[in-house]
Amino acid sequence: MQEEYLLTMRRIEKRFPGVLALNGVDFTLRDGEIHALMGENGAGKSTLIKVLTGVYQMDGGEIRLEGKPMVIHSPQDAQKKGISTVYQEITLCPNLTVAENIFIGRGKGVWVRQKSLEKRADEILSKLGIPARSTQLLGSCSLAVQQMVAIARAVDMNCKVLILDEPTSSLDDKEVNRLFDLMRDLKSRGVGIIFVTHFLDQVYAVSDRITVLRNGELVGEYLTEELPQIQLVSKMIGKELEELSSLSETEEKKTEEKEILYEAEGLSSTEALPFDFAIRRGEVNGFTGLLGSGRSESVRAIFGADKVTGGTVRINGKPVKISKPVDAMKHGIGYLAEDRKRDGIIAELSVRENIILALQVMNGMFKPISRSESEAFADEYIKVLNIKTASRETPVGSLSGGNQQKVILARWLLTHPDYLILDEPTRGIDVGTKLEIQKLVLKLAEEGVSVTFISSEVEEMLRTCSRLIVMRDRHVVGELTGQDLNQTQVMKTIAGGEA
Amino acid sequence: MKKFTKKFSFNGFGQLTIPLIAIALLVVFNLIRDPGFFSIGISHNSNGNAVLSGNLISIINGASELAILAMGMTLVTAACGGQDISVGAAAAIAGSVFVKVLKTSSSISGVTVILAFLCACVVAMIFGSFNGTLVAVFRIQPMIATLILYTCGRSIAYWINGGATPTVTSSIVNAIGSFIPGIPVPTPVIIVVVMGVLFWLLFHFTSLRLFTQSVGINGSAARLNGIDARFIKLLSFIILGVCVAVSGCIGVSRLGLINHETLLLDVEMDTILAVAIGGNNLGGGKFKLSGSVIGAYVIQMLTITLYAMKVSSTDVKAYKAIVIILLVVIGSPVIKEKFSRFLARLSDKRRKVSVKGAEE
Amino acid sequence: MKHFSFLKRKEPLNDTQLLMTITIGIFLIMYASAIMLFGGGFNHAQQIFDMLNDNASLIIVSCGLTIVMIGGGIDISVGAVTSLTVMSCVLYLNRGGNIYVSILLALGIGLAFGLVQGFLISYLEIQPFIVTLAGMFFARGMTTILSVNPQKAAHKTFNALRAKKIEISWLGYKARNGNLVPARIELGVLVALVCVIFVFLMLRYIRMGRNTYAMGGNQQSALMLGINVKRTRFMTYVLSGLLSGIAGYVFMLHTGAGNATNAAGMEMNAIASSIIGGTLLTGGVGNVIGTFFGTLSLTTIKKIVVTSGLNDPWWQSITTGGMLCFFILLQSVVLGKRSKKKKT
Repeated sequence: MQEEYLLTMRRIEKRFPGVLALNGVDFTLRDGEIHALMGENGAGKSTLIKVLTGVYQMDGGEIRLEGKPMVIHSPQDAQKKGISTVYQEITLCPNLTVAENIFIGRGKGVWVRQKSLEKRADEILSKLGIPARSTQLLGSCSLAVQQMVAIARAVDMNCKVLILDEPTSSLDDKEVNRLFDLMRDLKSRGVGIIFVTHFLDQVYAVSDRITVLRNGELVGEYLTEELPQIQLVSKMIGKELEELSSLSETEEKKTEEKEILYEAEGLSSTEALPFDFAIRRGEVNGFTGLLGSGRSESVRAIFGADKVTGGTVRINGKPVKISKPVDAMKHGIGYLAEDRKRDGIIAELSVRENIILALQVMNGMFKPISRSESEAFADEYIKVLNIKTASRETPVGSLSGGNQQKVILARWLLTHPDYLILDEPTRGIDVGTKLEIQKLVLKLAEEGVSVTFISSEVEEMLRTCSRLIVMRDRHVVGELTGQDLNQTQVMKTIAGGEA
Repeated sequence: MKKFTKKFSFNGFGQLTIPLIAIALLVVFNLIRDPGFFSIGISHNSNGNAVLSGNLISIINGASELAILAMGMTLVTAACGGQDISVGAAAAIAGSVFVKVLKTSSSISGVTVILAFLCACVVAMIFGSFNGTLVAVFRIQPMIATLILYTCGRSIAYWINGGATPTVTSSIVNAIGSFIPGIPVPTPVIIVVVMGVLFWLLFHFTSLRLFTQSVGINGSAARLNGIDARFIKLLSFIILGVCVAVSGCIGVSRLGLINHETLLLDVEMDTILAVAIGGNNLGGGKFKLSGSVIGAYVIQMLTITLYAMKVSSTDVKAYKAIVIILLVVIGSPVIKEKFSRFLARLSDKRRKVSVKGAEE
Repeated sequence: MKHFSFLKRKEPLNDTQLLMTITIGIFLIMYASAIMLFGGGFNHAQQIFDMLNDNASLIIVSCGLTIVMIGGGIDISVGAVTSLTVMSCVLYLNRGGNIYVSILLALGIGLAFGLVQGFLISYLEIQPFIVTLAGMFFARGMTTILSVNPQKAAHKTFNALRAKKIEISWLGYKARNGNLVPARIELGVLVALVCVIFVFLMLRYIRMGRNTYAMGGNQQSALMLGINVKRTRFMTYVLSGLLSGIAGYVFMLHTGAGNATNAAGMEMNAIASSIIGGTLLTGGVGNVIGTFFGTLSLTTIKKIVVTSGLNDPWWQSITTGGMLCFFILLQSVVLGKRSKKKKT
């Protein structure tokens, strides 16, 4: 029976010093199939993919491609054997042209024929509907286009197995659909696609089968149409269904008239167009809109993360000047950035040092927090937020994504902000932690902290926010409260709002 | 609740393993070759004072400038992720200023010497700010930015003294370079200790270490937490400037003259080497000053060992190179990984490993 | 020439081309001003040929360094390897060696350093700065071990080769005594030009050259794209070593003697040439044509200083430092503005 399958991985074992990341995992891929690979952070999905693509060498188990057993020595080897991967982070070279990025590292022969490469590249780009010129420098294309070029490369390599690792994180709906069309096209040609993603809707839209991993072990392989969403989630996190429904959308949020904490008029920055904004004490609001609508840029302007170019800001009624992050911090504002790897964690420093960082900055350079104090703070938040780490001295970089996010949350909570801005706090995080964070946001609001919550998953925002600011093309096009807080209304406002 | 087992690491002392092993090897080697190598004796110097003498003393003494420079260089490397190759040239400038001030004063007293040092310090800090501004504000790579001063620094030093290599005769200056009457420990060594203490105080009473390491590891995240990365980087260069001034003045005091061509020639290479031997990441981030200081003594001990083996001063470089290569090969990540895998396999048989997806 | 086709292209200049254009432009302006201000010597073609004659070995070494820097690395051993090559070949020839073998010896020494350093950096993943620093120490040390004193080449065939110059009479000038002195180009310059062309072609049209740009631009990506990063990096250092060996032979052709202080500081001059020519130390950006003009710019500025009467020994390096500062700031400002525009 095994010969019928395109790819089989059996009893895969992968060990790291002191840790068993994969414990006898099986995975099967048929040709012409889109197969979703799912699991929490730390479940072993990435490790399994890295073993398949030759980044890691497995410690046990067997891989067979088209029935033939094989050993994959390196990413280049995997590529040669017909296994292509498109990663979440752009793994292309921005200083080379689009054409070169499609073809580099692949050809044989000593000479590089630029002109013919460019012609071939143009053909591929037009066939796939990618808006880029083959002679364009990749670095000058938008992130979404760069992602598509990466996919074009994989497609052109006539791969047998295509692995898409979180490919849709930076794409808007139109681009996601284009991607899905492409995937279905490849499917019809017999390519096997492994689709790693956190977006449940997308899994149900495009995949045939789902494999769930948990804690380095296989939970099971299912036909998508036979597995309801709720069951999938519970298999991934093993939590009871009741807890999930406790955060349903239909709860109406209290809108007590508390005083306005923060108010901005005509606030603009180098990245954000002038906008007005206000938030009350204990209120949870959010910015929503399509990708690129300017949500992150707006909150960054509030925090002073980008250069502020205009507008007046009042806190508690008094005018203040916020031109850089430390100003915002001094006024009790905290900001959890969208890209935690780039803007959040200091990877090589310990959990403890990461937690006290913002507080230390607020204290200034000449009032260092003592070792014992910092240890106490770290222990407190590790407990309160349930951060899974070997010790408080563990380098933050070795924690899983969800736990890293908790560390950064702890960092800002320690500063006891009056106003906390969370930009995509649940992106790339497992379902279990997502719920914890949403519960935390509601709790903070109850305690009187104002929170701005941004998420690309509208349901999350509907569950936590009492007011949603809708943005489109860098402009605010609407504000929704009360009964209007539902998916339909949000979509309508985004679609219908006139700039 | 599944427990973690402790990650097995053969780096018993962490970052300091390599430099300590290096020192140990050199010590053992020398003791085998000549059991009396490290003996310390008391002799009398030219002033008739009783002073410590012996190979060990001359090693520790001779490495003083290098150790001080290594301290400052560690900070710059940590904050900026690059190296300052102008420290030798800058030290020549500082030394020149020191001599010039001394020469223009009518008599040399304790006060004049202090004044001269302060002037040298200010000048060195100004040049440090120049480098620091290029790096922090203009975002230029440290090695490139400091290439400028490297190219013309010694010429500037030359110009300061009008094209001469003046000598300074003064008992005070002499004492700085060799021994203070009544104290058997060489003065440069005392100065190293003082600098070490100053750095310790700096790190203890401020959060400079946390901020520097944050900036070095992830500048963007540091900024979003309110740290002024540009200031931290600039500050690191200014602090290095102070170290440069101290080293330059020690160097001048030893000889009693300033020669812009030869003062601390090629010291930048040795300094960077010391930082690397000390286990610090040349790309910035976490740092340990003690590692670099040990690294400085390793280099000096190596040089003295070679001299004791009658290697001529011109040939020393070749042997130094071999030892350096050996050290860094042992410390290379590839070799380390192979070694720890080997050890892990030995320990796996005894320890239980638990299941946890720690890696993404 | 294909590389001028960027003038007709629809694409804006990429970083490499822009910086190179600036360098060439400034060099031409500098030289033109020199002609205008000082006339005389600068008018003669021989001036340029002298610059090439004196710096042929620097040009060759700079080419090698440019390759390494594009790949994101650094090689500070090049001056020392050059010097070692000179000393070794001189001693070999003086012992009655064969001239062809001496060429092989030069290549061999350079290659050996390139292979060892490349291996340590690429396969053992040791920091390039440290490895090439050790290489520099080792080569300098070996040079003095071979001979502390300067050695003059006393090999008939070699000295004949040395004396051989290409003469172009129509580019000559009138000497003071009225005689027409033809322009003279040394053989080493031809070697240098060949090297520049070879490296240019390699970086542009040969797979390994393109892989070097990729590796320098984003090493992690290059790895994922299936480029053998280790091998590519290894080759950049091998080439740099090889070119140092060639440069050594050319140096010997120029000076005719081996000396422990030969090529002192050449590595920094080579780095400066590359930077002025538009190569970024961070990698991924660079061009040998720019480096070539970078070397010429360095020499020109020194000549201008001397001609303008600033005789004190410190002026040359102070002005060189100043020029370096100017180019470095220019690069940083120009590239900074560009990256701001790119963010769409």
